[in-house]
Amino acid sequence: MPRELLKGNTAMAEAAVRAGLEAYFGYPITPQTELLEYMSKRMPELGRAFLQAESEVAAINMVYGAACTGARVMSSSSSPGVSLMMEGLSYIAGTEVPVVLIDVVRGGPGLGNIAPSQGDYNQIVHGGGHGDYHPIVLAPSTVQEAIDLTVLAFDLAEKYRAIAIVMADGNIGQMMEPAELPPMRPLRTEYPDWSTRGAEGRERRILSSIYIDPKEEEVMNYRLMQRWRTIEANELRFKEYFLEDAEYAVVGFGTAGRVALSAVRAARAEGLKVGLLRPITLSPFPYARLDELAEQVKAMLVVEMNAGQMLGDVQRATKERISLNFYGRMGGITPFPDEIHAEIHRMVEQPLPPGSDPRAAWLDSFASVLHVDGR
Amino acid sequence: MVTVEMNQIVYQRPESLADMPTHYCPGCTHGVAHRLVAEVMDEMQIREKTIGVAPVGCSVFAYNYFDCDFVEAAHGRAPAMATGVKRVLPDRVVFTYQGDGDLASIGMGEIVHAAARGENITVIFINNAIYGMTGGQMAPTTLPGMKTTSSPSGRDVEQMGFPIRMPEMLATLDGAGYVVRRSLHDPKNIRMAKKAIRLAFETQLRGLGFSLVELLSSCPTNWGLTPVESLRWIEEHMLPVYPVGDYKVAQALAGLRV
Repeated sequence: MPRELLKGNTAMAEAAVRAGLEAYFGYPITPQTELLEYMSKRMPELGRAFLQAESEVAAINMVYGAACTGARVMSSSSSPGVSLMMEGLSYIAGTEVPVVLIDVVRGGPGLGNIAPSQGDYNQIVHGGGHGDYHPIVLAPSTVQEAIDLTVLAFDLAEKYRAIAIVMADGNIGQMMEPAELPPMRPLRTEYPDWSTRGAEGRERRILSSIYIDPKEEEVMNYRLMQRWRTIEANELRFKEYFLEDAEYAVVGFGTAGRVALSAVRAARAEGLKVGLLRPITLSPFPYARLDELAEQVKAMLVVEMNAGQMLGDVQRATKERISLNFYGRMGGITPFPDEIHAEIHRMVEQPLPPGSDPRAAWLDSFASVLHVDGR
Repeated sequence: MVTVEMNQIVYQRPESLADMPTHYCPGCTHGVAHRLVAEVMDEMQIREKTIGVAPVGCSVFAYNYFDCDFVEAAHGRAPAMATGVKRVLPDRVVFTYQGDGDLASIGMGEIVHAAARGENITVIFINNAIYGMTGGQMAPTTLPGMKTTSSPSGRDVEQMGFPIRMPEMLATLDGAGYVVRRSLHDPKNIRMAKKAIRLAFETQLRGLGFSLVELLSSCPTNWGLTPVESLRWIEEHMLPVYPVGDYKVAQALAGLRV
């Protein structure tokens, strides 16, 4: 396939179509809306199902129903809309049906704004719906990666009967850059042996997230957790830059990781031995690789477009062994490379003592960035 | 006088009803409603192409009692889930079975929009004027003055608003093909209810849009009445507020005899 100039949102939509998407249900919300608009034209053109739901609540429950038929289905939304979908996501997890969701994250909390953010890390990676379940979470940093991870999301969701979420941010959704789309896959003709499509010539099937006997519910939870261990063992993805001989490491995902790479390159040009670890799967998270890195480097800098939501996971991996530093931009602000470059210098020249609170130190110095009173 | 051969079967479990006891209370009309739906599925020979959607409420385990494929929805979301199934499998029969709390309170948005879209699904709506599963709280359909565990002095319409009449509301939507109310309080009304359920499924098979049958039902346990008193209570107290009737019948259905 030739490389084309593609916008992230429509590129992810077409990637999903080519991955064999059979039904799309969504609701307009900026900065994701182009994805829904693209589907509204493209899906009917191919004789596939598209429906604009009355709300995100309805959209995710339509996805839930369609997923029960064994079809490849998805929805897309942005942060406040994804918050509304959490109930449905928990039910989907409890029913063990595969679903793909694209979250084009925007600034919050509340109505927030429509600018790019990574403020959904906690609700997507650690939380959201009730009960014990883990979605697979993929974080692209380019339009090409957004395409590739969208296709991967369908394969992983089906392989593990799990939820796979592509967590992009407004930059990835809105930017245009050259990228290559995958070839069109044929739609499936056979459906899994759990799918509810009418009990023709066979025993009836029931799909439910109810296990009214707590003993059975516990067995079901155990099954989910054991499956998650398999996912952790098999599906971890991250990318490393200049880490072979690094004495300092930056950790960032998605757009923050991409901007950090420019800063790391600039620091390398100055002779600083700094590298970058960019998690691609936020869930499962590269704890083991960070654990190794903590033995290698003198200090780490975590960069996010939120107030340090991934920071807690890095802390868990590095266990106060090294100097851990943090820099975040919040509320829909994307950091510039020179800001991160300055933070790399701060890490090298004035590293925080191991075990100190990186978020508190960041907040103290951040007042001068915002030109507000730090108290 | 009617004579019956000793070896002639005159009454048995419909094939579409699973061979198992239900969890419903003695005297509750859920069992009657289940049976009517199953009889209609048998008569129309649609059991093998039907996918049911169960709600949250007393009929949360409805999926156990029908011998067809079933999925279980979140509270109020059955019409959305049914939409998802139907849009992927338009040649299958999809129905939801929902109570008044599920459909007329938490699921109001989903039911209205499914009807407005003319979603080609069938909805069996059980109205017993109370939340049964959680032990008898006020529902959107609770009658004015009616005592429940969350309206202990009776539903005060000044504070708690008025009962919602769903078929009357939904009938105003162009997407609705067949929207009616029936009652399960006596044999005559039960026979009328079965005909309505048949017509609702016929509506779906003919692609005539959204179909809904509201069934006035009893809840002896939470009403604090005997089963017989409960049926009388439907007739005396519910029928005046919720009149049995056809609120929307698509023209194409007018000549249909079932």
